[in-house]
Formats: sequence, C-alpha cells, structure tokens
Amino acid sequence: MRSLALILRRLALAFGLVLAVLAVNFTLIHAAPGDPAQVIAGEMGGADEAAMASIRKNYGLDRPLPEQFLTYIGKSIRGDLGLSYTYNRPVSELILDRLWPTVLLVLTALLGAIFFGTLLGVLASRKPDSLRSAAVTVLSLVGYSMPVFWTGILLVILFGKVWPIMPIAGMRDVRSLGATGWANALDVAHHLVLPALTLGIIYLAQYSRLARTSMLEVLGSDYIRTARAKGLSDAVVTFKHALRNALMPIVTVAGLQFGNLISGAVLVETVFSWPGLGTLALDAILGRDYPTLLGVLTFSALLVIVANLLTDLSYRWIDPRLRGS
Amino acid sequence: MNPPNRRNFLSQAGLLGAGSLFGIPFELAAQAAKGGVLVIGTTQKPRHLNSAVQSGIATMFPAAQLFASPLRMGADWKPQPFLAERWELSPDNRSVMLQLRKNAVFHDGKPITAEDIKFSIETVRDNHPFKSMYAPVNAVTISDTHTAVVRLSEPHPALLLALSTSLTPILPKHIFGDGTDPKVHPRNASPIGSGPFKLVEFKPGEHIVMERFDRFFLKDLPRLDRIIIKEYKDPSSLLLAFERGEIDVHQGIGDPRDLARARKIPGVQLVDNAGPAIGPLLWLAFNTKNPKLSDKRVRQAISYAIDRKFILESLLGGLHKASTGPIASGSPLYSADVEKYALNLAKATQLLDAAGLKPGANGIRLSLEVDTIPGSSELKTIQEYLKPALAKVGIEVAVRASPDFPSWARRVASQQFEMTMDSVWNWGDPVIGVHRTWLSTNIKPGVIWSNTQSYSNPKVDELLAAAGKEMDTPKRKSQYKEAQKLIVDDCPVAFLVEAVVVEAYHGKVNKPPRGIWGLTDAAVDVSIKA
Repeated sequence: MRSLALILRRLALAFGLVLAVLAVNFTLIHAAPGDPAQVIAGEMGGADEAAMASIRKNYGLDRPLPEQFLTYIGKSIRGDLGLSYTYNRPVSELILDRLWPTVLLVLTALLGAIFFGTLLGVLASRKPDSLRSAAVTVLSLVGYSMPVFWTGILLVILFGKVWPIMPIAGMRDVRSLGATGWANALDVAHHLVLPALTLGIIYLAQYSRLARTSMLEVLGSDYIRTARAKGLSDAVVTFKHALRNALMPIVTVAGLQFGNLISGAVLVETVFSWPGLGTLALDAILGRDYPTLLGVLTFSALLVIVANLLTDLSYRWIDPRLRGS
Repeated sequence: MNPPNRRNFLSQAGLLGAGSLFGIPFELAAQAAKGGVLVIGTTQKPRHLNSAVQSGIATMFPAAQLFASPLRMGADWKPQPFLAERWELSPDNRSVMLQLRKNAVFHDGKPITAEDIKFSIETVRDNHPFKSMYAPVNAVTISDTHTAVVRLSEPHPALLLALSTSLTPILPKHIFGDGTDPKVHPRNASPIGSGPFKLVEFKPGEHIVMERFDRFFLKDLPRLDRIIIKEYKDPSSLLLAFERGEIDVHQGIGDPRDLARARKIPGVQLVDNAGPAIGPLLWLAFNTKNPKLSDKRVRQAISYAIDRKFILESLLGGLHKASTGPIASGSPLYSADVEKYALNLAKATQLLDAAGLKPGANGIRLSLEVDTIPGSSELKTIQEYLKPALAKVGIEVAVRASPDFPSWARRVASQQFEMTMDSVWNWGDPVIGVHRTWLSTNIKPGVIWSNTQSYSNPKVDELLAAAGKEMDTPKRKSQYKEAQKLIVDDCPVAFLVEAVVVEAYHGKVNKPPRGIWGLTDAAVDVSIKA
C-alpha cells in the first residue's frame, strides 16, 4: 500500500514536471531562428507568398506566440499533440510508431549492460589481484572511453563489410516484411544486436567497474564473514548475500542514467537508421517541426519519470529495509 | 569516363526499353520475366506521397509508381501515350484534347474519368510550387466520360512535358475532392492511386512498400510484384547496403569515391547522367542589390577568378560537368554559345580596376561574405575554395556557415546575403525550373528559390516571356539562346557545376528506366532476372 501511495504522489509531481518541461521546451524551440513555413515551402520546392500564408494558417503559425502556447497546452492535456508540419500526420501517431523501437533498444542496452556488467564485476571482485580482474578493468576502461557514434561506425565496418553477418541499418529486413511470430521476432533481434551493443557498451563498462568496487567493499564486511563461517558455499555467499547489497549503487546509477541513455539512443539510432524517437527528434529539429519535437521531448521526459519511479520501486524490492520508510 | 562501348550499349538498351512497351506488341513483352521484388535505397525523405502539391524527387519517385500521369516522356524528349492513349493539339495551340483509356481504374476499382483529369490538373495548377507549370491553363472542360480538353490563355510549349511523370499525378476526385486543402489532405500519406503500383505501407523514416496493381490499364504490366523504397540516413550506409545486396538500386551516386567502389561490384549496371531532365545546377549566386555587387564587372571578375577546372577535377574528383548557363546541357534548348569564364586573373583584375575597386594598403580591394546550403559537401568544398581563389584578385572572402537549412533559407530569401552557393534544378522545361530564377517579376522577398539575386534585365524578361509561349521549336530555341547569352553576360550567378547523377543497379535488374526523368518514372517495364 505504501508503494501505491508513493506511485500516486510521484504521478502528481510528474504532471507538474511535464507541464514545466512543455513550457521550457516551447520557449526554447521558438527561440531558434528559422520559420517552419519557410522549411515546408523549401521542401515543397519553393512557394509564393499566398502558399506560405496558407501553410501558416493551416498550422496555426499565424497566431501570436502566447496564444499558440495556450492552445498547445490545452490540446496536449487532452492528449492531442497536434499535427506534424513535416508529415502532416498526428504527432501522437508518429510517436507511438517510434516509441516501441526506442524502448526496445534502450531497455535491451540497459538490461544487457546491468546483467553482463554486474557479472563481469562480480567475477573480477572474487580475485581482485588476478589477471582476470585486470582484464575486466582494462576492458571497462576501453569501453568507457569509446564514444557511441565511433563504436557504432566501427561495428558497422566490422560486421557490415569485413565480416558481413549482421544487418547494419533499420529494424527489419524489408524483403521479408509482413512476417509474423518467431520469424519477425528473430529478424528484429538480429537487427537489434549491433545498435544495442553500441549503446550498451559504455554502460556495461561502467557497471562492471561499479560492481567490482561495490562487491569488494561488501565482501569485506562482517556479515559476509559470518555467512562463510556458517559454512555456506562460495556461490551462495557471493550471489545471495553480497550481490544483493552491492546492487544498490548500480540501480541508483542506472536510474539516474536513463536520461543519458535516451540521448545516447539519438546517436545510435542515427548511425543504424533505427526507426526510433531519436531519429524522429533529429529530423524534427532540422525541419523545424515544432509539434513533433515538443511531442518527442515530452515523451522522453515521461520515460525518464517512469524510469525514476521504477528505480525507487526496485530499491524496495532489493532492500526490504526501505519498505518501511 | 565510361568506355564508349558501354555508353552505346546503354543507349541501345534505353531504346529497346521504350520500344518493347510502346509499339512492339505486348504479347512479345509479356514473355519477359514477371514477378520479383525491387528494393531501392535512398537518402531522400518524402513528407508525403502526393506529388500534386509537392515537388522534389523524394515524393515524385514513389508518386510516379502510385499515380499514372496522362503522358510519359521518352528518352528522346518526345511524349508517349500513357493514361491518355491519344492527345491532340488544336491548330491555334490554345487547347489540348486528352483521350483516356477506357479500361483505366483507380486502386479502389472506381473508373478514371475526365472528371478526375480536370480535378488533378486544377489541383496541380492551384497548389504545386511550380506555379508556371500550369499558369496559362484557364480551364479543363469535359467532352465525354473519357475526353478532357485543357484550355489555355496562351500557347504553352511546356504543357506536354508537364503532363508527364509525377508532375501531374492523376488523383481520384472522390477521395481528394472533399474540400480539404490538398496541401494538408490526410490522404496524402495514404493515397488511392491510379498508377501501376498500389501503396501497402508508408512508414516515414523507414520505408515505402508498394505492390503491383493487378487492374493496371496496360496489359501484363507492371512486371514487378513489389517495389520497396528503403530510407538510409546517410550516403555511406546507403552505399554499403548496395554493396551488400541489401538493396537492388542505388538512387544516385554523386561522389567519385563511391562510384569507384560501386564499379567493383560484379555485374553492376551504372546509368551515367541519369534523368537529364532534372538538371541539377550548382552555382555561386550574387545579391545584385548589394552595392558591392551591383556592378556587373565585379561579378564577372569574380567569375573569371574561379578555376572551374580545378573545382571539377581536383575538388569534385572528375565526376561532374562544367555548367555554362541557366539551362542544363541535357536539355534540347541548351546553348553552348555563351561566355565560358575560363580562368583569367588578368582580366579579373582589369575588370575590378575598371569598376573602381583599387587595392588598399593591405592589397584588399573588396570584402565579401559567402553562404552555402548546409548539408552538401560539394557546395561546402566550393564555398571554402572561394576564399583562396578570390584572394588572388584582392577580394577577401569570409566563409559564413548556417547551422541548418531554415537558417540559410531565411538569410537568402530575405536578401540578407552577399554571395551564396546554391543548387537549383531545371525540371525539364525552362518554363518550369529556369524562368523562376531570372524573371524580374519573380523577385519575391521571403520566397526561397525565387529570383533571390534580385536580377532584372528587361530584355531577358521579354525573351523568356516570348519563349515561354513559342510553339515553333527552332524559334523558341533561338530565343532561349539569346536569353542564355544575356544572363551569362550579366552574371547574376557564376555558373559552376552541372551535377551528374549515376544511378546504380545490380545485375539482376532488367531494363532500368532510361527516360529523361531517370528513376522518377513509372517502373512498368523493370523486372528481375530469374
């Protein structure tokens, strides 16, 4: 029940936060030079004054800015994010189309990074002075130092050209579009490998270091000695007693980093033509497609809020002591 | 660049391609391969699929498959029947009768009638950015269900060309005629079409999937089962996808290094200078209203100081051609009889002296700013080259970058620029894509790709107006010849490069389109070798 109260309180706060995000973003976006009508006209191949005026009228760009803002807020509260200037489609439709690929990419990268990062960290912590531990440290240092776009391009060259076993663009094989069930899932998974690896590698490096340090700290504490004295096996001590406590800093960092992960996804999506929110946002910026950009930013804010909420809830799951507080 | 035998082979294949569809019995054509999926890779992003209200090949290419146009253009720039099986120009050149095929239906099964022709031509006239394309069309009248007459206020030599490819897509009136502004019609992204392929799925940023329309009006055509257009974020991933065989067609290679890589693919077919009607020109435009550049001798001096050979050979790797004037060299109306502005520093210096621009104490005669459309590496390279090139004649150039297209467009359209690199396309007939840049009546602040140079020469205005309604081709040609000469001499822009686009096909693609519109044409005859 306490969890429910927490969720409700957080949701109320989130509503205010989203409104603030909308206001800030709206102001910032309109401060950028360049007229959307000009861009639309440019993309149409040029247009005369009458056509420009009709474009402005169609999208409400002829109204004063405060009025545009109030209309936008009013509509978005009712779930109407407006029409994309570029694609002339409802923004909510465009975003829902792109939301799932981004969530899939980000979650695969994040969960993969947490799982493998923790595993590597734990393995390294068990013999902190061994060669294995040193290897993990070096690997994580390298992984942490590589920018995502560079990793991405490197992987594209490696698996796209030198050893062409991985698809390098898009989310599905267009020749087998319409496949369903397992065939489709496998196809998407195949396309997901490189982008998820690219996005996850930095976090994997980070979490392995974090897990190693935090495991070393926990493994030196008294209750671990007690557990060993009880005669528990090494595996039980490591994974059941030590890891659970060592996970707390990882979860904290992962929750905080969710925002970074989404901005990283913009780069990865661009490198791999992954049809997610990131590429949509980038195109929207270049095309001065205000409604789409505002929509994507609002959705990203929502994702981060949800991620933080989940982080808080998972604290309670990992550490029972927090459930009472 | 290509060995001559390849070139001959290509042009012959082009003739055969047209012949097997028009003229030679269809029974013979029907024996060719049928079925197969063609995947085309592109970096172009279509906003929607209705080319009646949108120019640019991003939309025009899929629209050419989804919508039939009344006519098609052959590789010889001569009209051929398509949706209209017959057309007839009245003796006074004030009207054109279009006789439609009786078996033609839209993708929803409703018949295509003269009403739809009237609706479509009027929609294009009132909404397409190329206003001049149908400006003289007073009305379209309907004689019977399958006969429409286009009535003109004056003779219009560009008319038949405008009736071809996706410049005039035939739209279903029962869908688009509901009173909604066609520029923002919700069905623009999910149209019911009249062409050889119907839309299956359009996912912006991902792909467009089109499927053969079984009730297409030409028997046994099209041959392909599906055409898929896949969008890539940048040219390097597009080329890689082509090398890997992920896509069968590369929309157009414009980089010499990319071309060298494409040549190494076994069996690859390269169509050099594809779609000559599109005619993309790259030039350096001057703001002639700016006091520093209002003297034509200064502009000419700048043009003489630019080494076009160096740009073409060294900077752009020898793929593209020199541009000499406002009309692209692939057009039948092109004239080479103009000043070529071969590199001549002495002459440039003389002209600057004559214009009263003497070097100051530091050797500088004049300081100018140059802009460019962001995102094009070719334009940026040339823009940067101008700094050292013009320094040789004492002109100090400041290179100004724009963060993105809207920022650049605002500067140029509102005439807040001195010089800019620009890319402007011909679009088939000078009336459509050329006049707009030079007519003094088209100086329209706030409108990009109008006469943003503020160029004005009454003689040129007069010649273009006359040539725009001249039906006698030799006479028209001589009018344009004079106009080209005058424009090049006045030098409101320094003509630099005519971009050559090389379309690339894998060996298994049979009969790639070879018409004047290149890929932007109905792919009825293309097939996949079994």
